[in-house]
Amino acid sequence: MTMTRRDALALAMGGVAATMLPLPALADASADAIAKFTGGASMGEGGLTLTAPEIAENGNTVPISVDAPGAAEIAVFATGNPTPAVATFKFGPLAGSQMASTRIRLQQTQDVIAVAKMPDGTFVQAKSTVKVTIGGCGG
Amino acid sequence: MKNVRPRVKVPKSASAGDVITIKTLISHPMESGTRKDKEGNVIPREIINRFTCEFNGESVIDVTLEPAISTNPYIEFEAKVPEAGEFKFTWYDDDGSVYEDTQKITVG
Amino acid sequence: MTLRFSRTILAATAAFGLSAMALHAEMANDELNINGDLPITVKAPAAEHLKGHLDEVYSGWLFRSDETRAMEQDDFDNPIMIFAEQGMETWDKVDGTAGKSCADCHGAIEEGMKGVRATMPKVNSKGELWSMEDYINDCRTNRMGAEAWGWDSGPMHNMTVAITVQSRGMPVNVKIDGEAAPFWEKGKEIYYTRYGQLELSCASCHEENYGNFIRADHLSQGQINAFPTYRLKNAGVVSIQNRFKGCVRDTRAETFAVGSPEFHDLELYVASRGMGLDIEGGGVRP
Repeated sequence: MTMTRRDALALAMGGVAATMLPLPALADASADAIAKFTGGASMGEGGLTLTAPEIAENGNTVPISVDAPGAAEIAVFATGNPTPAVATFKFGPLAGSQMASTRIRLQQTQDVIAVAKMPDGTFVQAKSTVKVTIGGCGG
Repeated sequence: MKNVRPRVKVPKSASAGDVITIKTLISHPMESGTRKDKEGNVIPREIINRFTCEFNGESVIDVTLEPAISTNPYIEFEAKVPEAGEFKFTWYDDDGSVYEDTQKITVG
Repeated sequence: MTLRFSRTILAATAAFGLSAMALHAEMANDELNINGDLPITVKAPAAEHLKGHLDEVYSGWLFRSDETRAMEQDDFDNPIMIFAEQGMETWDKVDGTAGKSCADCHGAIEEGMKGVRATMPKVNSKGELWSMEDYINDCRTNRMGAEAWGWDSGPMHNMTVAITVQSRGMPVNVKIDGEAAPFWEKGKEIYYTRYGQLELSCASCHEENYGNFIRADHLSQGQINAFPTYRLKNAGVVSIQNRFKGCVRDTRAETFAVGSPEFHDLELYVASRGMGLDIEGGGVRP
């Protein structure tokens, strides 16, 4: 088969389409997961702190913590993972604070999003970009 | 084979009304369900999907865990200690197993 | 001849690429004090035998991110302690036809194994260089009548970690003269030999370029005082010689096997480059 310029162009466009497609799909998955948590309510900001490293030395074990004084629940989402949901912390009457830390898996460089349900039923979100290094000599 | 064992770190004593830090770790592979074995077959998901902590029967925290939680899940949080009593920690495995640990605290 | 010439250029380019184009990042100016009561020397003047090669030696801990370093500061935060606890339980368990446990001969692990890790690898009574894994399997097969454990098997990892933590805070103290000298010399030769299609020696990365980045990895001096270590990438224990295997493989070479004479010699030499540092295994590394 000889390739005409048009074929080459179509192929190139196809390539672009193929690489573009998963992005909105992924974003949708995160939006869906977040909407499932908030019931589609609009989102404010402030009152919620998400602490995550700017650069994770390995995506397999990334320490994060969330803190939202007074919150009833805090959910964490990894927008660049195959499944965005990470964890949901529900604070009981004997919680000493509305803070929690854990270690999570991040497949690639991405935004981690925390969403807190505040006592008045409103939602706030915080976002943090984590660069995941793909090196990992040895092993 | 899984070798699951829970670990918790709780102060032995506190003053009434104190807020204390609790650390928990359970050895568990947290098989995500997205990995494949050498033959290319998907390894079935098998994770700790829920963790709870109660003090004298009242909830401190209730956590839903997804496959994005790292191997050997680590959770740190704070609890109020209104009186002497016992913390109860429970981990729920996809395979139906439930792992428990308890820790007493005195109020001085 | 042409081939040899081009390979030399490749090697030169690789070396140039590493030293001249690499990004440098400062290592942490931090002190390691595990649980707040176990200070570990992570920076020390280099041993006499490193004269002309290194002035100071640094634990790999100093090259890690804040988050990774923090995990090693507290035994509860360090997941390797799960493996150490399991090893300590095995220590007291009877295994094999002789009906003995490790504790029956060696007493409590805290006493019997104190300082052992700091002297490994060590020449045995028959004049062979043995790593801790060899000593463990010798006990198991010859004294306990139990089966040998695989070098990188779960029970071996647990036991080497359990024994290693008994030497934390003690200085690396390997013997390199006398009977050990020929092994040490061979190990040194391997350290400075370029391997693989990338023609990299241990020294290319860990002596000439520590502090620089190779791709996204911040190169350390390749010290092994924190081994066996908990690797975040594996979410499990990595042995000294398994780490060597990974390094040699990354040069695109056929690697030596764990337990091979070559890796034993290299283990002794690399351990000796850490003289002055304290044992901090089981550490945490990415």
